[in-house]
Amino acid sequence: MNADWPLFEVFIRSRGGLEHRHVGSLHAADARMAIEHARDVYTRRQEGVSLWVVPSAQITASDPDEAGALFEPARDKVYRHPTFYEIPDEVKNL
Amino acid sequence: MSAPDARVRYLLRLGDTSLVLGQRLGEWVGHAPALEEDLGLANLALDFVGQARLLLSYAGELEGSGRDEDALAFLRDAHEFANLALAEQPNGDFGDTIVRQWLIDTWQLQLYAALSTSTDERLAAIAAKSLKETRYHHRFSSGWLARLGDGTPESHARVQASLENLWRFTGELFAPDAVDEAMAAAGIGPQLAGLEPAWSALIDADLKEATLRRPAPQPFPWHGKRGVHTEHLSHLLAEMQQLPRSLPGARW
Repeated sequence: MNADWPLFEVFIRSRGGLEHRHVGSLHAADARMAIEHARDVYTRRQEGVSLWVVPSAQITASDPDEAGALFEPARDKVYRHPTFYEIPDEVKNL
Repeated sequence: MSAPDARVRYLLRLGDTSLVLGQRLGEWVGHAPALEEDLGLANLALDFVGQARLLLSYAGELEGSGRDEDALAFLRDAHEFANLALAEQPNGDFGDTIVRQWLIDTWQLQLYAALSTSTDERLAAIAAKSLKETRYHHRFSSGWLARLGDGTPESHARVQASLENLWRFTGELFAPDAVDEAMAAAGIGPQLAGLEPAWSALIDADLKEATLRRPAPQPFPWHGKRGVHTEHLSHLLAEMQQLPRSLPGARW
């Protein structure tokens, strides 16, 4: 039965005010069941106050083979970090 | 029967129903159709065992003869158990388990809601805690009932057959006896007949979503809460009680 069920990604908000974070994935026949499975698998120790489940098939992921093209060009652009700049003493309240 | 005796017996009925159902659900561990359902059924089982501990501990204290929750759970024989006969029915296939669960969940939703306003404050607190658990149990079981009932022709036919088979045990839910009457008179428990309309409406709504037929009313031959059980309870207790009976006082 399990092999026929689609995969869902699970996100948990651990406390009010925090963001939902990805915690793992599971199989379920439908979204309602996915919420129940997520509750039973991932929140048994009071890990969260809110759940999201997303069909894994609905996620578009970047291609690992493209990682170089996508992410390496940012490597030498250290000026994008605020710590790159020296702040003159005269500048207050920045 | 004195009022304290009636209250002890009433608590044993509630506690035994939870205990026996929890044991049944625990039998699924390692055997459920999917890992996630294995965990889900185990979570349900633990909710019921938790309810049983609270109820049996309270019964033991009121009884006043030194029996704690463990003595009541592990050292009584089948005829001393007062659970509903529905709770002890075998797991069968997954659909049988779901129908049994759903019938008890819909019943406990009404019962615990009523008991949460009991004049017995300790029982009211146990009921209020259990009601939250029961709302999730019903979400789980009614969801599966709809999935199986409104699923394939085979799943529909099989879960309809489960329903026809287990329906005969629902008569006991609303048949009061002297203990129930005494508890209702004291404001400790509800009038059982008063719970039936809301239960029946919920049953019909869930069955409609699941595209299942409500079975005809059946005469009710079981008196589980008076200790008259089907043959299945003894087998369940033999497994559940084997360790504490063969090694009295064992700890780990």
